[in-house]
Amino acid sequence: MVKVMVWHADAIERAWQILDQIPGRATGAYSHSQGIKGLRDTIAAGIEARDGFPADPNDIFLTDGASPAVHMMMQLLIRSEKDGILCPIPQYPLYSASIALHGGTLVPYYLDEATGWGLEVSELKKQLADTKSKGITPRAVVVINPGNPTGQVLAEDNQRGIVEFCKQEGLILLADEVYQENVYVPEKKFHSFKKVARSMGYGEKDISIVSFQSVSKGYYGECGKRGGYMEVTGFGPEIREQIYKVASVNLCSNISGQILASLVMSPPKVGDESYESYYAEKDGILSSLMRRAKTLEDAFNNLEGVTCNKAEGAMYLFPCIRLPEKAIKAAEAAKTAPDNFYCRRLLNATGIVFVPGSGFGQVPGTWHFRCTILPQEDKIPAVVSRLTEFHKSFMEEFRN
Amino acid sequence: MAPRALDYESLNENVKKVQYAVRGELYLRASELQKEGKKIIFTNVGNPHALGQKPLTFPRQVVALCQAPFLLDDPNVGLLFPADAIAKAKHYLALTAGGLGAYSDSRGMPGVRKEVADFIERRDGYPSDPELIFLTDGASKGVMQILNTIIRGESDGVLVPVPQYPLYSAAISLFGGSLVPYYLEETENWGLDVNNLRQSVAQARYKGITVKAMVIINPGNPTGQCLSESNLREILRFCYQENLALLGDEVYQQNIYQDERPFISARKVMMGMGPPISKEVQLVSFHTVSKGYWGECGQRGGYFEMTNIPPKTVDEIYKVASVSLSPNVPAQIFMGLMVNPLKPGDISYEQFIRESKGVLESLRRRARMMTDGFNSCKNVICNFTEGAMYSFPQIQLPPKAIEAAKRAGKVPDVFYCLKLLEATGISTVPGSGFGQKDGVFHLRTTILPAEEEMPEIMDSFKKFNNEFMEQYDDRSGYSRM
Repeated sequence: MVKVMVWHADAIERAWQILDQIPGRATGAYSHSQGIKGLRDTIAAGIEARDGFPADPNDIFLTDGASPAVHMMMQLLIRSEKDGILCPIPQYPLYSASIALHGGTLVPYYLDEATGWGLEVSELKKQLADTKSKGITPRAVVVINPGNPTGQVLAEDNQRGIVEFCKQEGLILLADEVYQENVYVPEKKFHSFKKVARSMGYGEKDISIVSFQSVSKGYYGECGKRGGYMEVTGFGPEIREQIYKVASVNLCSNISGQILASLVMSPPKVGDESYESYYAEKDGILSSLMRRAKTLEDAFNNLEGVTCNKAEGAMYLFPCIRLPEKAIKAAEAAKTAPDNFYCRRLLNATGIVFVPGSGFGQVPGTWHFRCTILPQEDKIPAVVSRLTEFHKSFMEEFRN
Repeated sequence: MAPRALDYESLNENVKKVQYAVRGELYLRASELQKEGKKIIFTNVGNPHALGQKPLTFPRQVVALCQAPFLLDDPNVGLLFPADAIAKAKHYLALTAGGLGAYSDSRGMPGVRKEVADFIERRDGYPSDPELIFLTDGASKGVMQILNTIIRGESDGVLVPVPQYPLYSAAISLFGGSLVPYYLEETENWGLDVNNLRQSVAQARYKGITVKAMVIINPGNPTGQCLSESNLREILRFCYQENLALLGDEVYQQNIYQDERPFISARKVMMGMGPPISKEVQLVSFHTVSKGYWGECGQRGGYFEMTNIPPKTVDEIYKVASVSLSPNVPAQIFMGLMVNPLKPGDISYEQFIRESKGVLESLRRRARMMTDGFNSCKNVICNFTEGAMYSFPQIQLPPKAIEAAKRAGKVPDVFYCLKLLEATGISTVPGSGFGQKDGVFHLRTTILPAEEEMPEIMDSFKKFNNEFMEQYDDRSGYSRM
């Protein structure tokens, strides 16, 4: 049987459309420093379709992944170590690293493990007051939704509380929304912070919000392409000029990533030739992620001394492990943090790589590790049994 | 109410200090005019494909297959792609950690870094260590990373040539360091005089600045000069004596338009000088897929190679690179293809050589055309573009023009370039964007417009320049208001 290369008509048409949005169809040329205009139009339309509120292509800056956009904002906002950025604990350590690189101060606010990693505005207020009393000027609040490493998806009224807080305190809301397509529980839905703010009646004059999105996560997982953007709203033209200026020094982000970002924000529609196959792929990936999240969550909860919150979204589980005193002492003797000690032993015994919780921050005296839900579904039983076996013998070895 | 975080007054001052003329005032004005329907010739940035240069066929075939590996499963793939492209695609896919969509090693794929090391060894005759080669999203990101590593505060100085590519001044501003200028000699073909270097360093030290590193751009941007071997030896000796790290921006190493001074890498010269210099001078060399005859600017592919950098420092640089996870994988493949080109006998070799030669020979002709065209104007002096992609003519402006510029609130070369833009659509970058001696004015244009269009562009420039001089030159009888 002779197979023939099949390209769906809509894929071909979209390719032509994109090429025509690029001057001279030159995909090897530096583009506009904010990214190709036509692609930003597409992304803005995608944001509007998602949120029900308009988006301006001039507010969009396409970057080599979301991480450089985060760096740009930190660079803009941090003048000295007196400038503070509120970050969730546990957090994705891009934030702590970026703040350190730019000479600022990380102001932690603790997520509540007991309530599924809930974000309490009272905690935000407390940390804000505390940091001001130390002479730090708080500038922004980072919120990662869905959370990394914690996986919680914020409830809408929780989000409203956060928006209100930022507005009252004049803080910029840095919304890391890269996992917006990774939601695994029917009772929760992703709402962008901009949508929440707008539906509260807050416009450009009321609150500054930066939303980060990426092609690395979701159901597309195109990490190696380095595609992403930030949408910056609620600030004046002088600021946009400065952001543009900094972006222009690097000339532009890679074109392949830009194109992918536009595709992520404008998938095939009902009636398009690729619609069926695309959504079959998407549903397959997301439902598999959902199953893997559940399987691993249960596996962790079955381990002695380990409790694991549900992964409502994102790609990780962040179980809490109560390490026996003997293990903690052994870690001390090895001059390493207890969660690091456990993870090292696990790696040596099984080849499984977790990231110790101290890499993300945790309430002092508690220990965690982060595990992705990404191993292939058919490999997970083997992973679980190796982990379980290791854990049993570890707990035996260090039983008090 | 207290100033809010994103109010202009509350921004990081270093960000406000940054200037990058390449996409600054002239470019923004040109974009405005383009929106209004005016035909603009963008010669403000070294962006070959934007001016009609075609991508090389073979690399695009390979990367297309890598982007869509399901094509490789199709038994008919050989009808559309040559066998060597198919083989290369499989080779690079095997080097990835799961295809183009997976983060690679934060330093870049080990397989590609090995190919870069092999390339450097073939080019220079000295072995290179892949562990000391980091791939980056364009050379600029690498430059920024290294400068950020070096600059601790405003008392740290970096020697930068004047005129320079303003990435360096922008990065130094951004990281809060001090730019220590050393002037290139226009009358000596933009030559580098070690005495100028010594003077610059002495002046900086007198002001309390610790000069930590020296940047050389070879071939030069915007000036195009190619450094001679003896020049490079002098520079290396100087860096050794003055305890400076050397940053060698060598992104234009394929763009050489004369035969007297072929490209020679700083590393090759350094290794050839033997110890102590070969073992002591800390050198970082930069390269890219954006220039040469490839011109794949939009891919954002580059690397830096470290020599004599202590392991602990390399670890720190690796650590910072890991925060961004990895450079983009498609560009890494472009880099591999660039440093590991086709060989005679390969199916696509002939076509590849034909395309490459075509580009380089045309660039050489255009370099000549532009230089000659500028020099045919009485008030223009233009050094020959020995390398890189630019022409940097000196425009002698009469006093009345300078006054008019002042009245318009513009720096004289900006004034001239804006008028040039409005009259002809030619979008250049004023020399003040690169640095120049006081009272001497230049503009930078690229040699990239299509060869067939060059005569018209030069005529257009000459016409404008004549009219400008008539308007502002005192010796022309009466002035027109």
